[in-house]
This record gives sequence, structure tokens and C-alpha cells, in this order.
Amino acid sequence: MTLVERSATDLLAQLADGSATSAEITREYLDRIESHDETIGAFLRIDAKAAMAQAAEVDRRRGAGEPLGKLAGLPVAVKDVLCDVDTTTTCASRMLENFRSPYDSTVVAKLKAADAVLIGRTNMDEFAMGGSTENSAYQVTRNPWDTQRAPGGSSGGAAACVAAGMTPLSIGTDTGGSIRQPAGLCGVVGLKPTYGRVSRFGLIAFASSLDQVGPLASNVSDAALLLEIIAGHDPSDATSLDVPVPAYSETVHRPLEGLRLGVVNEHFTEGINAEVETAVRAAIGVYESLGATVKEISLPHSKHAVATYYVIAPSEASSNLARYDGVHYGHRTNRAELLAELADERKGFEAAGDQASVDDMDSPLVRMYRRSRAEGFGSEVKRRIMLGAYALSAGYYDAYYLKALKVRRLIRQDYDAAFQEVDLIAGPVTAEPAFKLGQMAGDPLAMYLVDLYTVGANLAGLPGICLPCGFSETGLPIGLQLQAPPLAEETLLRGARMYEQATDWHERRIELKD
Amino acid sequence: MAITRDDVEKVALLARLRLSETELGTLTDELAQIVTYVDQLAEVDTDGVEPMAHAVEVSNVFSPDEVKPSLPREQALANAPSRNERGYLVPAVLGG
Repeated sequence: MTLVERSATDLLAQLADGSATSAEITREYLDRIESHDETIGAFLRIDAKAAMAQAAEVDRRRGAGEPLGKLAGLPVAVKDVLCDVDTTTTCASRMLENFRSPYDSTVVAKLKAADAVLIGRTNMDEFAMGGSTENSAYQVTRNPWDTQRAPGGSSGGAAACVAAGMTPLSIGTDTGGSIRQPAGLCGVVGLKPTYGRVSRFGLIAFASSLDQVGPLASNVSDAALLLEIIAGHDPSDATSLDVPVPAYSETVHRPLEGLRLGVVNEHFTEGINAEVETAVRAAIGVYESLGATVKEISLPHSKHAVATYYVIAPSEASSNLARYDGVHYGHRTNRAELLAELADERKGFEAAGDQASVDDMDSPLVRMYRRSRAEGFGSEVKRRIMLGAYALSAGYYDAYYLKALKVRRLIRQDYDAAFQEVDLIAGPVTAEPAFKLGQMAGDPLAMYLVDLYTVGANLAGLPGICLPCGFSETGLPIGLQLQAPPLAEETLLRGARMYEQATDWHERRIELKD
Repeated sequence: MAITRDDVEKVALLARLRLSETELGTLTDELAQIVTYVDQLAEVDTDGVEPMAHAVEVSNVFSPDEVKPSLPREQALANAPSRNERGYLVPAVLGG
């Protein structure tokens, strides 16, 4: 089987000059998915007929000389967390197994307006909570580089499908690193925009002050193009920024003159894997050879970033997930079982003469909420809801939530000070390459600590990108993370592209056995 | 601040979650571990620091006070687990 060139930019050129049709391209990707996704598990749902119909329609319109969107005929996979009227949006949860959104999210609407072929919906950690995609209620996603290992998370499916050549582009979301970390572990490019750069309308919310939607691709130029399509002010999202979208796809090729690159002292203390450190430092060396000056900087509060994140994110999640109560949509517990359970409890208390407990019993409505939520949510989601409800509860709110918000401002101030001296910050995206599936089972805190290098950008609202900078001895990808000031995505992309042009990590392909 | 099983039960009610005995036990341990970890925030000097709830602060984002069509009733009810012609059906709010 011949593999179509994986670069989206090249594919668009072939589509434009007629040397390939969308039907041919889409068919090849669907075939590749069919051959390999049973092993990889990147996709929750594929509708091959619908995808081929979209492709055929674009080909027809192109043939008729009709105007076409900027992604016309190109397959794009979407993380199953963005509302789309043409499919269910499950967030990889049983809670939303049959949920059919009545409206398109703004990002999906923009992809449709760009005439992309929406090839499938990718697997994720349930409600975007996790760093390995193991928290999906439906299936495991395997890292294409080593199928015994996790692809990272929560956008594990979105990263894996690009890495495995199943789609040229995908859309993920990043709340604490969920685009950048899986991109790093899967050897692809992933970008988290500035908070507010991309609309969150129709993005099923995890943590509203941290969530952002972003592109994943096999190279920086493709990521720039996809970002340009999805970015922009949206009146339906009051937190979206009313600023124009630069032509990222055009400026990305211009190297940065006089780049001042910051390297954070605190990133290289104990705990980082030796191979990761070597690869990242070598990447910094490449920047120096390209004319950048490297400056050591400090982000003194970065050691508190994970703790700050794991107060704020669960707190916001506990509020956002309160809507899943079995009333309007989503899973509702079985009515007969619910009433039988209450009847049995009442009988028990009455038999014991315990009137106090009878009076204290849940009403049927409250018991419906409690059972529906207990049945619909997985254990990580419950853990975070509980953590958040605790941190927000009377007596603890000041010590936890309010305190975390103050430390958040200090974290942001550290970055602001650093960006007075440097244009970009370079460093690792994770302390280790891809870990084995099941490795963190029973140790939630260990999983949280994987987010060490990524949460800072979410807390501070800054853009960050991850791109490949090497491989471990056992052939596992190692990612380089760049961070930039708010709304400096152009600098971020140009800086990433500079490095990519001088190296060839992004050209290494996985040999998937048929 | 050590989390007790009692705390966890109270929070479970606030969070409208029903936990099994096993879950109560496991969650008490796990939450205790996590809370101990986040307790480190107490060491940070935050005197005079304003809380930051939003990363990139915008203010006074208003939309014009215009009447626009809202989601049609049928669409709003389309995912309902239980409904009649007008709205959602739920078990009794009061009483047993």
C-alpha cells in the first residue's frame, strides 16, 4: 500500500493541482485506520461512509469551480469533546454515551466551513481528566511507537492518530498539558494557544479558566495552518479575545533574528530522565548554532505549579460537572431500581425504629442525582469532583481555592518577568518518555506529577508548543516544549519551525506492521 | 488538615455522588494523599497578592440586549432521559 505524503500542506497542493482527489486521500487514510486502529485504538468512532461522502462532495465542488475552504478535502480528526451535530459527543464517558449535541462547537463549525473531511472522533481520558488516555470509559489507546506504552493524555487519541499516519491533522484540547504532553510522547507537533485565542463555545468544559483547543500535526507548518483556521474572536465565548488572527501559516517560515531563548533552572533539577535532558540540551545547542542567545532564567514558583493546578482544575471541574445530573441529558439511573433501593432503605430504618435516619434520607430526586452520577462517571472523574468540592467547601475555600488563585498570580508574574529578558522559553515537556500502560495504576498523585512542565502555561494563560527533538535508546520520542508570552503564537511557531528546519526528527516514521 | 472518612461522606453528598463502601475507603486514602501534597501551598507567601481567577483578563464583555431565537423546545428536549410534550420529567422533589 502506498502511503500518501503525510504533510497537510503537500496534500493541499496536490488537491489544488488535481494530482490527487479528496476521495483518494480520504480512502487511503480510512484504509490505514482499518488496518491499524484495532491495535492502536486512537478512534472512538469512524463513519467511513460519511467521510467519503464529504470527500466526494468537495471533489464535486472543486470540479465545478466552486469556491472552497482552506482545508478543502483534507481529513481532520477531532477529540470527542467538541460538540458536532452530526455525531455523538461522549467525552469518552458513559455519562454522555448517547449525547447528541443540538449545535456545533465553534471549532467544528470552522472546520466544516473550511471544507475539512471530519474523518473520526478520537479517544481521550474521560472528560479530559488524565495524562494517559487510560481513563477512557471505552477503550485503551496505545502509543504507536511502542504499543505496550501509553500515548499520553488526555488527547492521546488525537496524538496517536497523527503519529500513526491515520490522519494528517487532528484537534485536541489542553487544560494542564493535554495536547503538548501526548504530542511529546507520540513524537508529533502539538500547540496550546493563548487562553482566549480559540473559542471554547461547544467545548465540553473541564476547567473553564484553563481549557484551550489546539492543533496536532506531523510538522510545525501544518500546525500553523490549522491554528489559523480555528483561532479568532467568538461572541458566543465571552472569554475569547477580540484580536485579529495573524497569518500564522505564512509567517511560520521566517526564522527569528536575534532570538533570546530562556532555559529555566528549575526544569533541570533531579528527577528528569538523563536521555530527556540530553536531547533537550542538544536542542538548545541547535538554537545557539542558529544564532540564538541562551539565557538562564528562574521561575521560582514553578515548584508549586502542580499543587496550584490540582486545586484550581478540580475545583472548576466540580462546578462544571455538576450539570451532569441525569435530568436534561446524559445517563439517568434506572427508575425502578432507584425506587426499590429507597424503599428497602426506609424499611430497614423503620424496622430498627430509626426515625432520624428516615427523616434524613435522600429524596428520590437527590438519590437520582447521586446514582446517575455514580453510574455515569469513572473513578478519576469522581476523584477530581470530590477534590474540587472539598477545596471549595466552607472552611476550606480560603486555604485551598483562594490560596491557589493567589499562587497562580505569582506563577504568572514569574513568567512576565522572564519574558522581559527572553522571547521564548525552551525546555522539556515531560520528565520521562512514554510510560507503560498501567504503570501509574493506584497512584493518582504520580500521574498528576507527569504534568510538571506543562501546567504552568495553562495557569498563566500562555501559548506553548511541543515538537520532537530526539528519541530514547529504545526508540521512544522525546519532546521539546517552547513557551511564549500571551498572543505570541507567531513567535512560537517561527521559533519551532527554525529548529525543525535544522533537524529531521519529524521525518522519522513509524513502521506499522500490516 | 487530615481528611477523614466522615469528611469524604459529607463531600460526597455535596457533590451528589453515591460512593460504595470500597470507594469511600479508597477515596479517603487517595484524597488524603493529594490534599497533603497540595498543602504545600500554605508555605507560599501570598501577602498582598490578588487572586487570579482568569489567566488572560478581559472585563465587561457585554452583548447587546437584543432578542434572538433560542434553542427550539424539541431540540432542547431531544436528549432527555424522560420527558413529556413540554419538559423534563424527574422523580419527586419532596417526600419519599
